Amino acid sequence: MSLNSSQVKKVMLEIGETVEKNKEFLTELDLAIGDADHGINLTKGFRAVATKLSATETDDIGEIFTLVGMTLVGNVGGASGPLYGTAFMRAGSYAAGKTSLIADDFVGILEAAIGGIKMRGKAEAGDKTMLDALIPALNAFQEALKQGITVHGALTKAVEAALAGVNYTKEIQARKGRASYLGARSIGHQDPGATSTYLMLRTISKAVQTQGQPEK
Amino acid sequence: MKKLINNPELVVEEMLEGILEAHPNHLRKLSAGNILVRKDAPVNGKVALISGGGSGHEPAHGGFVGRGMLDAAVAGAVFTSPTPDQIYEAIKGVVSEAGVLLVIKNYTGDVMNFEMAAEMAQADGIKVESVIVNDDVAVENSTWTTGRRGIAGTIFVHKIAGAKAEAGDSLGEVKAVAEKVIANTRSMGMALTPCILPAARKPNFALADNEMEIGIGIHGEPGTHREELKSADEITLHLVNKILEDMHLTVGDEVAVMINGLGATPLMELYIVNRKVKQILTEQGIKVGKTFVGEFMTSLEMAGCSVSLLKLDSELKELLEAPADTLALKVL
Repeated sequence: MSLNSSQVKKVMLEIGETVEKNKEFLTELDLAIGDADHGINLTKGFRAVATKLSATETDDIGEIFTLVGMTLVGNVGGASGPLYGTAFMRAGSYAAGKTSLIADDFVGILEAAIGGIKMRGKAEAGDKTMLDALIPALNAFQEALKQGITVHGALTKAVEAALAGVNYTKEIQARKGRASYLGARSIGHQDPGATSTYLMLRTISKAVQTQGQPEK
Repeated sequence: MKKLINNPELVVEEMLEGILEAHPNHLRKLSAGNILVRKDAPVNGKVALISGGGSGHEPAHGGFVGRGMLDAAVAGAVFTSPTPDQIYEAIKGVVSEAGVLLVIKNYTGDVMNFEMAAEMAQADGIKVESVIVNDDVAVENSTWTTGRRGIAGTIFVHKIAGAKAEAGDSLGEVKAVAEKVIANTRSMGMALTPCILPAARKPNFALADNEMEIGIGIHGEPGTHREELKSADEITLHLVNKILEDMHLTVGDEVAVMINGLGATPLMELYIVNRKVKQILTEQGIKVGKTFVGEFMTSLEMAGCSVSLLKLDSELKELLEAPADTLALKVL
């Protein structure tokens, strides 16, 4: 079994619902070390995504991701718009022409997203950004697959690694974005971008666990 | 909080409408978004200069659109960068065959959104270059941070690169002079009171009655430190010394000066600051050229000011004195 295009669309909508539920939480995190708009802006972006997705008939998962990315870029603003937008657009290029996704595709999608965020944000692991959730998640997922763990189990590992990454962002100093102006004062606060990334991965994992078992 | 607004979600649109009603001979708005452009744009054969950023910094940047300065200003939501599609529309709206120079303030969001817009325009075959302004000496400039912020010194870039473009010089030459202004501009600000974002309805930070924040950013980002309020002369001395530490001026050099109010500081106080700036520079044997005192890049109703110095040479001096006709800066 694999994840088909309508399931992918549904996951995108569920990510929007998760973001909306955590709007205040993400904004509070951003108030501490940024400009207090992360939850607000992402919610605005994913509401626009929901509208766009409901109007598209495409089965091409690449097109779905690209539409999500372009909609985020055009509606979120700030830094998270271009970063998440680029991540989804890169995932769209990876998935172009596909109408279903298997476990290896998750690796390809996460690699594409990470590449996009690194390029756009000129960031690396350890800069206290969304990469600190995303990179450990990818590594844990690949490692689990290598060990022969089921896809569901591997996704669970990935989400755990993302959460550990979020907690790690509390210990490190921001080197990118507005939080970097705080210097050492950013230590002790978790990164809002890493947190929203973790929430997205958790939503994807939950959705896959309930919707279907991607083939290995 | 008290604000003279109708609806926090409409402040940018309603402000732009008001600007257009007041200045119909200077400006028009592109139907594609919150973009103010020169009435006569696109100007044939002239490099188009585009800037922009979050709103709440008025008169920046719409107030600097006009002959001798910007061709377009893209207005984002309050303190939020405009999105790439808006910037892309601005590029298409004012571009001539001479190309476009984007003047970007160094904030992560602004840089990424403008870069994406530049990529979109380049994909259309439009010649686009960009410069990133980072004049704020309050922020440590190292490879381990996002780097210095762009603040009021950006107006020197608008003015000088604008004059260069108006003279008909090429995109490469306009970009080169913009880079030269950036390399020779340093600024630093301070705040007495915070500002209130219309949507947030509460101050974005708190300062005690007898406190000030030194090195503040134009969105209320933290500065270098907080301390007890001092006299205008003492504060000015601190700001100018921090700037000079970074500028390497020598006796006989000439600078242009900008004393910028952050939104709620009376001109009286800005002139008191300017008086001291002139005294300090004169004592050090530095000549003061063109001086600008007023509100150029504000932070809503924040009280405080920033001081910017631009080291001049004959080229920069001539371009700074070239004619400009915009709402917020006129050189006749």
